[in-house]
Amino acid sequence: MAHKSQRRSAMLLSSLVAVSLGVAACGSSEDGGDGADAGASGDAKTKIDCAPYEAFGDIKGKTVTVYTSITAPEDEPHIKSYQPFIDCTGAEIKYEGSKEFEAQLPVRVKGGNAPDIAYLPQPGLLKTMVATGKVIEAPPEVAANVDKNMPDWKEYGTVDGKFYGAALGANVKSFVWYSPAAFEEKGYEIPKTWDDLLTLSDKIAADDPDSKPWCAGIESGDATGWPATDWVEDVMLRTAGPEVYDKWTNHEIPFNDPAVATALAEVGKILKNDKFVNGGQGDVKTIASTSFQDAGLPVLDNGGCYLHRQASFYAANWPEGTKVAEDGDVWAFYLPAKDETTKPVLGGGEFVAAFADRPEVKAFQTYLSSVEWANERATTCGTGGCVTANKNADPELLKNPVDKLSAQILTDESATFRFDASDLMPGAVGSGTFWKGMTNWITGQDDKATLDYIENSWPKS
Amino acid sequence: MVASVLSVAPSGIIPEPFLRAESVAGKFFLMFFAVAFFAAVFGGVLFLASLFKGRKGEQAQGALFAAPAVLLLSIGLVYPAVLTIIQSVRGKSGEGGFSLSNYSAMFTQPELLLVLRNTALWVILVPFLATAIGLLYAILIDRARGEAFAKALIFLPMAISMVGAGIIWKFVYQYKQTERPQIGLLNQILKSLGFETQQFLLEAPLNTLMLIVVMVWIQAGFAMTILSAAIKAIPDDIIEAARLDGVSGLKMFRHITLPSIRAALVVVLTTIAIGTLKVFDIVRTMTAGQFDTSVVANEFYSQSFRYNAPGLGAALAVLLFILVIPIVVYNIIQMRKEA
Amino acid sequence: MSTVQTGALPESFEPADLEPPSKQQKLKKSTGEAAGALQSRWASLVAVLIAVLWTTPTLGLLVTSFRSQRDINRSGWWTALTDPGGFTLENYRQALEPGSSASLSQYFINTIVITVPAVLLPLFLASLAAYAFAWMPFPGRNALFVAVFALQIVPLQIALIPLLDIYVNKLGFGASYWSVWLSHTIFALPLATFLIHNFMRELPAELMEAARVDGAGHVTIFFKILLPLLTPALAAFGIFQFLWVWNDLLVSLVFLGGTPDVAPITVRVAELSGSRGSAWYLLSAGAFISMIVPVAVFLALQRFFVRGLLAGGLKG
Repeated sequence: MAHKSQRRSAMLLSSLVAVSLGVAACGSSEDGGDGADAGASGDAKTKIDCAPYEAFGDIKGKTVTVYTSITAPEDEPHIKSYQPFIDCTGAEIKYEGSKEFEAQLPVRVKGGNAPDIAYLPQPGLLKTMVATGKVIEAPPEVAANVDKNMPDWKEYGTVDGKFYGAALGANVKSFVWYSPAAFEEKGYEIPKTWDDLLTLSDKIAADDPDSKPWCAGIESGDATGWPATDWVEDVMLRTAGPEVYDKWTNHEIPFNDPAVATALAEVGKILKNDKFVNGGQGDVKTIASTSFQDAGLPVLDNGGCYLHRQASFYAANWPEGTKVAEDGDVWAFYLPAKDETTKPVLGGGEFVAAFADRPEVKAFQTYLSSVEWANERATTCGTGGCVTANKNADPELLKNPVDKLSAQILTDESATFRFDASDLMPGAVGSGTFWKGMTNWITGQDDKATLDYIENSWPKS
Repeated sequence: MVASVLSVAPSGIIPEPFLRAESVAGKFFLMFFAVAFFAAVFGGVLFLASLFKGRKGEQAQGALFAAPAVLLLSIGLVYPAVLTIIQSVRGKSGEGGFSLSNYSAMFTQPELLLVLRNTALWVILVPFLATAIGLLYAILIDRARGEAFAKALIFLPMAISMVGAGIIWKFVYQYKQTERPQIGLLNQILKSLGFETQQFLLEAPLNTLMLIVVMVWIQAGFAMTILSAAIKAIPDDIIEAARLDGVSGLKMFRHITLPSIRAALVVVLTTIAIGTLKVFDIVRTMTAGQFDTSVVANEFYSQSFRYNAPGLGAALAVLLFILVIPIVVYNIIQMRKEA
Repeated sequence: MSTVQTGALPESFEPADLEPPSKQQKLKKSTGEAAGALQSRWASLVAVLIAVLWTTPTLGLLVTSFRSQRDINRSGWWTALTDPGGFTLENYRQALEPGSSASLSQYFINTIVITVPAVLLPLFLASLAAYAFAWMPFPGRNALFVAVFALQIVPLQIALIPLLDIYVNKLGFGASYWSVWLSHTIFALPLATFLIHNFMRELPAELMEAARVDGAGHVTIFFKILLPLLTPALAAFGIFQFLWVWNDLLVSLVFLGGTPDVAPITVRVAELSGSRGSAWYLLSAGAFISMIVPVAVFLALQRFFVRGLLAGGLKG
């Protein structure tokens, strides 16, 4: 879904680092060029085993360009996490984050100016990029790491039987944010089933005439609509089950199948119910014009709502000073399933695609798929959102409680993980008509018209 | 000085040290080098031209003077335009076989039809409203005290980027529920008058009109500047003569002022129309084309770069060319008449 | 969302078409009674009303940029006018702070390095070409000129990928300032050539003929006679091109990239405005930071700008 990772915007402005490590070096010294020294000061260095990267030969002084949708302030911890690799190899990593990433990447790739490495927020985008013929297959070292560290994620980085991209960050979407204090005050319990959740919503609506149980917002620039697609996916997993969900994703059942209609109607019970939404904002339609970053804020300080369904990365969106913890100002519970016997989990992540096969690029790809990187990522983490797909990483290193909870859910054997369906669908639907259709649905279009519209837009092949 | 070199691109016609710089001094060196380099090319062309003598030589000189600009335009605009036209008839991906499917999609898909309708609204309303307001204001403040200051107020928006203008107006349109304190000016006015507050950017087709207001806001200053200049250029004797004939007021405006500035009016209308057809920053900043507000230029960008449908995007671009052709032709006819 | 800058100069103008019907011109004199009669009391009222309508939106954001985040979301900016106690520079501090002032100045330097050649180069080339189109007969001249004029219709977005391809694969520039300078030049040429050509056509032919009789070549005429006379038109176009390049985001993103070592100030402002929801406290301050230079330049030079228009178009 359009840079959700990037869109975990921060209301809190943190300091912008000199994004390229190389720049930091060149700004201060006249000779520049020696990237190995760049940014090496400061944090205690993590010592890692350099052997896997030395196997790629001497790459000292070589540069790898990285292009991503992750911008300030969240780029800083990312850049820090490359340090052990830089220390090992003496290579230089030139990082560029842009909000225009998704429109710019195709331009640069087709124009022959592709970056060495790009972090793609959707498997669907990986497919599109592979179709240009410019993406390089992942080296065997990366494939081996992936088999060992994130076997479940391998298929998402595979196109037509060839493995291209290892997963990088991971997130959990099946969360409902709430204020523990407000719940305690009113005596509300964390709901255990979907029906409990609806009952609770009714209760809140009856208890508090000044507030609404839910608040939501799907405005996100030209990606407006994606939070609503997450709702449908999460509910689809619960009402139809993972197998039907997979069929839906792969278009083995049509988009306007009764199973999807059921899920959408279920979502409508909340999102299209004026009694339930939109706390702090107004009527149902305000969901369409409320930015997803702002949408959850009324959860705090009796601001007008009690519940906000949004992914783990929303943790970065709470105002500075908000304590995100089970006993803090705000916390998240797992969006309950039909009953307690199943535990479907919706999630997403980024994938590393390479557009060059120079040794230093391969070495860096290998580093990014290693346990060492995942641990370094957790150690240097900033405001959260540092969970990786790497199941061998040490969960204890994660500092943020929501990250810990997410890692726990992602590695939970009893949970059934499914990747965000819209991210897997063809771009024309997954980052086009599905978003648009849901936006129109919020502003008044009925269920059937919405599903028919999306179904008709599915590319014929 | 010229600092460390990135060995990413193959070295080309310009040696690496003159291609990139990272230090401040290096950047400025590069900048001055570039200006000097271009000046040298400029001088070289002129020197070459001065070598040609005689009648034939004169023609060669002319061609040589025009050559650099024509060359750059051929590479930078003509060649891409031709590529675009080819892409537009090769299916949605722009890479398939010959097909007019993109064009038929444009005129049959409801959401693309909506895009066309919006574009029509823009291109009709913006030039006329901006010109009308600009003209009215130009007349009202003509020879008034503080004229320069009054003009500056109106054409200041021209210096603001369209993105900046989008931000300014998005704030004017901010929505809060009627019973809450308002932060958007327009809704505050509605509320003071006893109306319900409105989501101006959400309700179609009101939202398109609200976006059009922003473009009118930017362009009225341009219209005002040129029309004011044209009004001042009306010779006094014409006005004196009319006045002696007892013409005044609105009659004077209709029979003397308006005909005298007709040419200027045409220029203002057509230039604003061309600018309006190509505008997309406003739409992108304020609604990103959501809620039925997309226009052709915005849709082109989305289809080409976001939805991976460069063929359809190309067809939309071709439509833009076609829409502007009548305007260009009209201007050329005007030019011919005057020549 | 994106905060991309594109399209051709929407503010484009073609002064030479501003032909007044008569040959005389006395700028100081009146528009006559049409205006005179309108200049009654209510007419000035309408003028004031328009002026207020046009300035209030900007004023609103300006006031907002000096209010605290809390106040902005709790009350309208107009309430601050009657109760001006709470103004603060905090928003500006925050908008400027990230990366410290050093990094912001880096963006400014990049913008300057991009802007100067991107304004001068099209002026060089367009005045050369315009001279040829205006005063030098050569085969196909008229057709070529019409073609150049007509190229104004090409939206620059279609040229992004083909041009990038040429820079990277044919010329070996890659992402560099050269790519940006050349691109801006190309996109500016149709309008610049057209404008300067029209201005040149307005100059009396006798001037040229007299010089030819004296044995001066085109090069001499161009430098000694035309260039000094051209100054107003060059200034007018230069201002337009300056505003355009300074406010551009898309061209530099594509041809230069967005890293702080090369990217212009607009990239920084776009980062502020893009992903922060309705963080008006940052947006408002960021918007004004980006506006200061172009608005100041525009106001300082507006005299030349208007003079260029007048000189180019309105002399008979």
